[in-house]
Amino acid sequence: MKRLWRWLIPLAAIPVLALLAYGFRVSPRDIPSPLVGRPAPAFALATLEGAPLSLESHRGKVVVVNFWASWCYPACYEEAPVLERNWRGYRERGVVVMGLDIQDKREAAQKFVGDFGLTFPVAQDLKGTVSVDYGVYGVPETFFVDRQGRIRVKHVGAVTDDVFKSTVDRLLAETAAP
Amino acid sequence: MSRAALALLAMLIMLGSTLGPAPVQGATTVNEDTVYDIAAQLRCVVCQNLSVADSPSEMAGQMRGIIRERLAAGESPAQVQRYFVDRYGEWILLSPPRRGFNLLVWLLPLAAVVVGLAAAATLVWRWSHRTRGARPATATVDAAMSERIRRELERGS
Repeated sequence: MKRLWRWLIPLAAIPVLALLAYGFRVSPRDIPSPLVGRPAPAFALATLEGAPLSLESHRGKVVVVNFWASWCYPACYEEAPVLERNWRGYRERGVVVMGLDIQDKREAAQKFVGDFGLTFPVAQDLKGTVSVDYGVYGVPETFFVDRQGRIRVKHVGAVTDDVFKSTVDRLLAETAAP
Repeated sequence: MSRAALALLAMLIMLGSTLGPAPVQGATTVNEDTVYDIAAQLRCVVCQNLSVADSPSEMAGQMRGIIRERLAAGESPAQVQRYFVDRYGEWILLSPPRRGFNLLVWLLPLAAVVVGLAAAATLVWRWSHRTRGARPATATVDAAMSERIRRELERGS
């Protein structure tokens, strides 16, 4: 009995340490989005040029919705050329890339678009309603929407060529079948 | 006035303008206390350890605006909270709802307190009983030693 008692306190520390070890390994920034698999929230915004931009007008296409900001350095600066390059490569195959600029100044956004020579539609989400609709908690975040208008993948952090190509190829292939 | 004080004043004025009564939109008037109550239960998504009510960040400001708009549109506070949970998951709530697996968070500390109190009580009971039983054992001093103590005491006085 006495021996058991002596071991009880160190033994009790094991679950606590295990919990701590688990807690420190998990990044508090990795939050699973409840939106994956659900219909992408609709929005109607105006591009920097003043043209209307909505998700519905691109129904039937694979849509890449990218949330960014000009102050988001370096991740947004890394992915801007990637998005532009892939938009040019895929636009003929029924893929749309759209950039939604959040918590930003119009001039800064225009400079960013000009600096990177972005040709895909870019709109500002001035009131943050679209970002909250998409459960955005930071930039950059990218949502891959399938032809049925459902969010299939949420990517947190800069999009790479690998991520873009593998995800979009998968969505194009899968929805090409009847 | 120092710079820090000026900055603080500027922040207070800004806070006042965001928390102060908003222009009435739609049919229902929005009670700012309700906006605050809902915001206080939501985690600020860009700062993690602050509530949307307390955070000075732009995102939190926009979220307070969204809460206000939804209330003005006639939604109940529960519906507004549901809207945020639907998009961010239960993660957005500063205190997890008391059901299912989350109950562990509420019950484990209570269980720990009960176990701790029981352990402390047992220990105290044991210690008090052990000393009572052990006293005669420590009191055994042989005759030579007690003689020596007596002599030392006498010499000292």
